[in-house]
Formats: sequence, structure tokens, C-alpha cells
Amino acid sequence: MSESRHIALHVNGERREAETPVRQHLADFLRGTLGLTGTHLGCEHGVCGACTVLVDGRAVRACLMLAVQAAGRAVTTIEGLAAADGTLHPLQQAFCDHHGLQCGFCTPGILATLVEYLAENPDPGAEDLRIALSGNICRCTGYDSIVAAALAAARALRGEAA
Amino acid sequence: MTAGRLVGRDVARVEDAALIRGRGRFVDDIAPPGALHAAFLRSPHAHARILRVDTAAARALPGVQAVLLADDLRPHLTDMRLVVALPSPSYRLELHRPILAAAEVAHVGEALAVVIADSRALAEDALALIEVDYDPLPAIADCDAALLPDAPLAHSGADSNLVAQMTVAYGDVDAAFAAAPHRFAETLHIHRGGSHSMECRGVVALHDATEDRLTVWSSTQTPHAAKRLLCDLLDMDESRLRVVTPDVGGGFGPKLVFYPEEVVVPLAARLLGRPVKWIEDRAEHFVATTQERDQSWRVEIATDAAGRILGLRGDLVHDHGAWTARGVNVPQGAVAAMPLAYMVPAFRMTIRAAVTNKVPVTPVRGAGQPQGVFAMERLLDRAAQGLGLDRAEIRRRNLVPADRMPYATPLKTRGGIAVTLDSGDYPRCQQMALDAIDWAGFPARQQAARLAGRHLGIGLANYVEGTGRGPFEQVSVRVEPSGRIVVASGAAAMGQSTATMLAQIVAEQLGADVADIRVITGDTAATPLGIGGSNSRQAVLAGSSAHVAALKVREKALAIAGTMLEVATEDLEIEAGAVRVKGAPGLCVTLAAIARAAAGQPGFMLPGGRGPGLAATEEVVIDAMTYANGTAAVEVAVDVETGGVTILRLVFAHDCGRALHPRIVDGQLMGGIAHGIGNALYEHMRFDEQAQPISTTLADYLLVTATEMPPVEILHLHSPTPLNPLGIKGVGEAGVIPIPAAVAAAVEDALAPFGARIRRVPLSPVDVVALVDPAAAGPR
Repeated sequence: MSESRHIALHVNGERREAETPVRQHLADFLRGTLGLTGTHLGCEHGVCGACTVLVDGRAVRACLMLAVQAAGRAVTTIEGLAAADGTLHPLQQAFCDHHGLQCGFCTPGILATLVEYLAENPDPGAEDLRIALSGNICRCTGYDSIVAAALAAARALRGEAA
Repeated sequence: MTAGRLVGRDVARVEDAALIRGRGRFVDDIAPPGALHAAFLRSPHAHARILRVDTAAARALPGVQAVLLADDLRPHLTDMRLVVALPSPSYRLELHRPILAAAEVAHVGEALAVVIADSRALAEDALALIEVDYDPLPAIADCDAALLPDAPLAHSGADSNLVAQMTVAYGDVDAAFAAAPHRFAETLHIHRGGSHSMECRGVVALHDATEDRLTVWSSTQTPHAAKRLLCDLLDMDESRLRVVTPDVGGGFGPKLVFYPEEVVVPLAARLLGRPVKWIEDRAEHFVATTQERDQSWRVEIATDAAGRILGLRGDLVHDHGAWTARGVNVPQGAVAAMPLAYMVPAFRMTIRAAVTNKVPVTPVRGAGQPQGVFAMERLLDRAAQGLGLDRAEIRRRNLVPADRMPYATPLKTRGGIAVTLDSGDYPRCQQMALDAIDWAGFPARQQAARLAGRHLGIGLANYVEGTGRGPFEQVSVRVEPSGRIVVASGAAAMGQSTATMLAQIVAEQLGADVADIRVITGDTAATPLGIGGSNSRQAVLAGSSAHVAALKVREKALAIAGTMLEVATEDLEIEAGAVRVKGAPGLCVTLAAIARAAAGQPGFMLPGGRGPGLAATEEVVIDAMTYANGTAAVEVAVDVETGGVTILRLVFAHDCGRALHPRIVDGQLMGGIAHGIGNALYEHMRFDEQAQPISTTLADYLLVTATEMPPVEILHLHSPTPLNPLGIKGVGEAGVIPIPAAVAAAVEDALAPFGARIRRVPLSPVDVVALVDPAAAGPR
């Protein structure tokens, strides 16, 4: 029951090694073992999307992936989105500019989802973004401000004026 | 509406800097060294006697530090129940819920034991090793059935399931109905589900054995009430106990309630001498966090031939759940909301609250008001149909007009305070919504669509909402000798930008930037008095206190600076962290220097003659509620084959007085509107006939996602209230209130060719298909 493994992985560009119980999911590993509490757990059954992180660039529900499955992979969490000098990622900046967050609990997962989506779809429409976001639940905003922020971030990422 | 330098403008939120980088501090992010983890054993039965509990195997599991039952807690608590009911003369049963169930469980999810272990996973392993012998008892799931003569009793010791009964009445209702030329009656079933903040509940407790001090972090909307209860239950004096609300991942009502876990976890920390943490998971949230749920309304309206309301009467059966976790305020709020927007000369509603073997019911965003508005608006639609009047016109004839403001109603709040509609122009607000959605042009759109085989419908609903429930919220404003401005408040933030609101109001008066203000909310160590977050009250109450406190600090700063600069205070202005002489900006003294001077020196007089310290604490007392209003208009398309409802457009015209931060106001409204759409079409907390919950994942209980949101247009009217110095009304719940009523009206309109009558929400596709009578549809 308490069997564990030693794993090594990259988190936010840094190599990390740690012991993890084999039954521990990636979100608990990031939050508890590594102290990266920016990743949030909203349902632990894969519906709400709050715990979404990037694993090798793909948006993944960290409550549905075991920590041991992340061995050898590169994980990016909300703590790793800003530039090394602290400059916010265009998505982070756009969320602040457009009131894309209220309580901020779902935000880390939404940002991870959008980082992946915008990388593959640099010029989406509002309806595309709504579909892309349909696996992330936000109880505060009603989503309009999130879509507006994502559109602004997409423009910024394309090098256009926000 | 004139904006100030900061107030009334879309300044950057002070909350975002930490949250956007993942540096927020929610309760589950608090990890004191050496912390143990709690997991609660919850009843799988809706109603059962507890015959035997064997914890031996659980205790023997390595890593388990304690397994506690009610009997283990009893020596350390002054009461084994949570006595939290709001006062009301209406109670027929005393149903204070047990901290841990000892003899009988009354709903699925009720806790009867707690395991404290080295990790949460181990604690859950141990739960599986606790053996409980239950003797299942008959359970009651339905609130209407609960009041039938031979209904199973939800509590075996009670003599009925009627927990409370009251009548809200004024005028001679029966005479009004007897004389009325027209009457229209309806029976309605209105369901609301849970709040489902994305963050569930959680508690972390740290006990300092040296001084017997407890620090409790709880994801609560009411830290001061939690502290009072903990002091009482643990028999600790107030100086030894601190409750802190950390960042909260959404509240929406249920987090204002004090829960058993909030006392068990601190007690366990005190008993074990180690910090203890409990974080609710979503599965628990569905069965252990309070919800709203079911109401049955039998209601009737009397009108004259022109559709003017002569009277309203009826009765309401309310699902109270298994225990009194807050009171009868949800049905009370529902009934109070019913007539509020309209001139109703005679009114009588009887409320009967029924105990059921389900999770206790307490307010969820809207707190009964969506139900009351649903009942009223359904009746008005019925009357319009019966009288051949346009649905907007019958409302216009009955809305309280602007020239009658302030409009004293015969109603009283739950605290006995007169309900007086203080300001607003309800007919104009409705007209704004009608114009925006092109109400007048809709029949042509509908006709064209019908010819093309599509079913469009339009509906509208008005609401008036009591906001800013008093009596006060404490705010202190202090300029530290460093020049740093610290604002502390009993208000509890849960995502509504409370810190930004307070910073804006204070910075406006002290010549500072919003980012210069440090705001502390929801910490009983920073603010001795507080009420907390509920009733769309915090901007009204805490905002008013912050405004008055900031004005006092400003005046004092000017007086001290006048002495220091030897200038009359009228010649001074406050800007960019300093007080300066108007027209001579070089002549100035910083707020830091003023604060240092006000801190005093032994043997020297204080400058300014206003006493020591550059600080003020205010508790502006406002008893009367301020009434916000609005109109929702909705256009839908209904697929009569699948029962799918698509909201094509939603217009929301509202009046919350002066807007402190227009973008935040819109954000609050949009969140409420999304919640209202959920209540209208998606969210259904289902139980089977044995009161077993059957929608206990977010895959079964559907929350609105981005793809369900229609295009929304928000329109603003600003009628400042005279009841507070900022002219503001609450906006946190407004969005949700008229949406179920407006959506139901629109769907009914779309299905008019089928003679459909909508009498319940939420409307699932199955419900919609059942409303479509193919025989009446004619050839297509």
C-alpha cells in the first residue's frame, strides 16, 4: 500500500528528484512533495480541470496521472509560466488585464489548457476558445472575461498589439 | 455617475499579483511542519441507528495517530451540538446538528468518526477498517411527502417532520381574492443545487501548547462567527484563539455556515499536540457541504381586468434537510423576494419547512430569491396569458414606479426591520432590457422561425434584491510609521475582489495607489469585530466603514501636517504619499513623517491636537437593507426533437447604485448569470427514494462550462442609494436571481404551439421533450 519509487523529472525547467508513493497522483506530488501549491485540486475525478498542468507540452489532468508516470518527463506548472526575470506570460498578463480571474482557484488549470491550445492554434476565434475551455470549470466568471483574455493573449503571442 | 480618482474606475486588482503566479495561499496550501491529516467517516445510510462502532483495526494501522468518536470528544467540548440557528419564532423542532453522530445518522455524509494519521491517504485507509453496525431506518427524501400524515420520520425521536412554520402576510388577502375579477393559480417545483465553489472546504489547526493558543485557518466566509463558536465549544478565552480566512476559492453561500469539521480539527490538534489538516474532497462536498434544493409552491394571484395585482397568496413547502445548519432564512428570503418589485396590496404566504434525510439546506448564492422571483414571474405570465396582455406590459403596470421611491412596503426583514425600497427606476430598467433584446420585434422573428420549423421563445423576469444586510462591518485604516497603509476588515474575501474594493476606497482618500495599500481580510487577530461575507453585503458595509475611516485618517493627516508645516489645513492636499501645500509642491511632509510624529515622543506634545496614532477604526452601522433591482430578458431556441435548449441571447439590465469598479461589477453579474443558467437548465442534485444522493460527481451534477454561455449584454442604471455614504448596493448575488424565471418563460414561449406550461426548474432535455405534445403540434 505504501510502496514507493524514486523518480526524477524536470519541473519548470529544473531537474527534481524525489520519493513518491506509487499511488500518489501527480497533483499531490507537485503540491505536497515539491511544495508547488499553485496547482489546485477541484474534484480529483478529472472533470473540473483545475489541476491541469503541462507534461511534455501537453495539457494533462494532474489528478488523473500518477506521479511515477511523470518520471523522465518535463512538467510545467503555473509557477513556471512567467519568464525568469518575473515578466508575466502573455496569458497571465491578459488574465489580469481582462479580469479573467476572480477567486483564482481554477486559473492555473485554465492557463495550462490555453498555453497548449494557443501553441497549436495561434489565431483562434471566440467560439474555438470556448470549446477549448470546455473541460475547465470556473464558477466565478461566467467565462466571457476568460475568453476575452485568451483572445488578447493570442494577439500578444502573435506579436500584435493587444 | 462621476468616478473618483480610483473609485468608480477599473483599477488593477490587488489580488491578481499573487494568484496569477500560483502564489495564492488557499487553506490546502498551508502546511505547518509535522502536520497530521484528518479524514472523516461518513454515513452511507440516509437514516440509521448506530449499533456498534469498532475502531480497533483502524487504530492498529501504522501511521494512524488517533481515531475519535463522539464519546472521545465529549470530555473536551462544552456542547456536542452546533447551536447555530438564526433566531425565529417559527421553529417547531430543535435540530441542532451533532458534531459527530453518536446514536443515529440522519443523512448520507453525516460524520460519525474522524481518523488522524500521518497522511490523508493513510487516514482514508483507516476509514475502511472502521466497522460500523447500522440498523437502517426508514428515510424520507421528499419534502412534500415528509409532511403527509404517515410519512417516515427523519429523526426517530421527533413527533413530525415539520421543523418550522410561519406566515408572512399583510392586507386583507381573502377579501381581495373574493372581490377580484381574475385569479390565476399555479403549482411549482423549484430546485436549486449546491454552490460548488471550485475549492471545497478545509481546515488547518495549529496548537501552541506552551501558551494554549490555537490558530485555525478555515475556508470560511465567517471567521468571526467561527471564532465565537470555537471559544464556546472549546471553552477558550478569545485572546487564545485566532481564526483566519486565507485565500478562498469561491464561497457562494455554504461557506458561511459553521461545520462540524471546523471544531473537530482544532480539537484534534489540541489533543494530539500536532497541527492537523482536513481538506474536503469533491465527493465529500456533495454530501457534507450544505445545499439549497427543493421547494414546492402553490400560489395564486388576483388581478383586475387591466392586470393590476390585487393580491397574492399561497403556501410553500421547503426542503430543510436533516438539521438546522442556519435557519429558515432560505424560504423566508424566497417569500420576501416574491412581491418586492411590484405593488402588491395584499399578500399571504405560509411557509412550512420539512425535515428530510438529506444534507442540511442553507443559502446558496441568491438565497431563496431566485425561487421567489420564479414563483412571481410565472404567475405574472399566467395572468398575462389569461388576460391577453403582453407579458412586459402586465409587469410595467405593476412595477413600483420611480416617482413612488422611497417605497415603504408592509414587509419586514428577518430581523424585524422595515422593508423600504430606497431608490431605483424599475420600469425604466425593464424597458432598457426590452429595447436591447428587441422585445417588440420578437413576434416577427418567432413567426419566421416557426415557418422554418424552428421554435424560438422569449421571456423576461424582474427582481428586487435586498442587499447589504447590516448591522456593520469593522474596518481599520492605519498609516504605519514606515508610511505603509494597512487596512484590516472583518469582511471575508472569497473571490469577489474585496481587497481591491477596500484598497480603492482608502487609497482614494489618502492620495495613494491601490497597490500601496496592504489589505488584511478575514483575520480575527487583525480585526476584533466582524460579521463576514453573505447577503451581498461586504462592499456596502465594509466599504462604508473603510470610506469613513479613511476620511478620518485623511483629516488627521492634514491637521498634523498643518501643524508641522505651519499652514492652514484648507491650503493642504494629499497626494502620492505626502501632504503638500497647494500650489507649492515643494512644501510637503510625507505620510510616513506624519505617522512618525503621531506616534509621539516621550515628553513632547503631539502635533495636530488630534491624539496619537495615524489610524481610525470604524463600524458604520446600517440596519436597513438597500434594494438593488434588475430585469433579465432571454431569447431561446428549443429543439423539440432532442429537448435541447439554446439560449441565443441574454440581456441583463440592472441597478446596483454607484459602481465602485465597473469591471468587477460585470464580473460578479456574469458569474451569477452562469450560475442562474445552471439552475435553469443543468444543475440537479438528485436523490433516490431512500434519500441516497445519486449525482455525486461533476460528471453527473452539471456545472455550466464556456460552451453553454450565451452572448450576454449587461446594461447599467445607476440610482445611488441614500442609505450609505458611497451610494452603493450589493451585486454579488444579483446575476443569478432572475435567470431561472426568464429562461423558463422563454422556453414556455417557444413551446406555446404545444400548449406547454413550465412549472419546474431545472429543465432537462427529458423534461422539455415531455412538454412537447406531438398531437398538438400539427403536421410539420
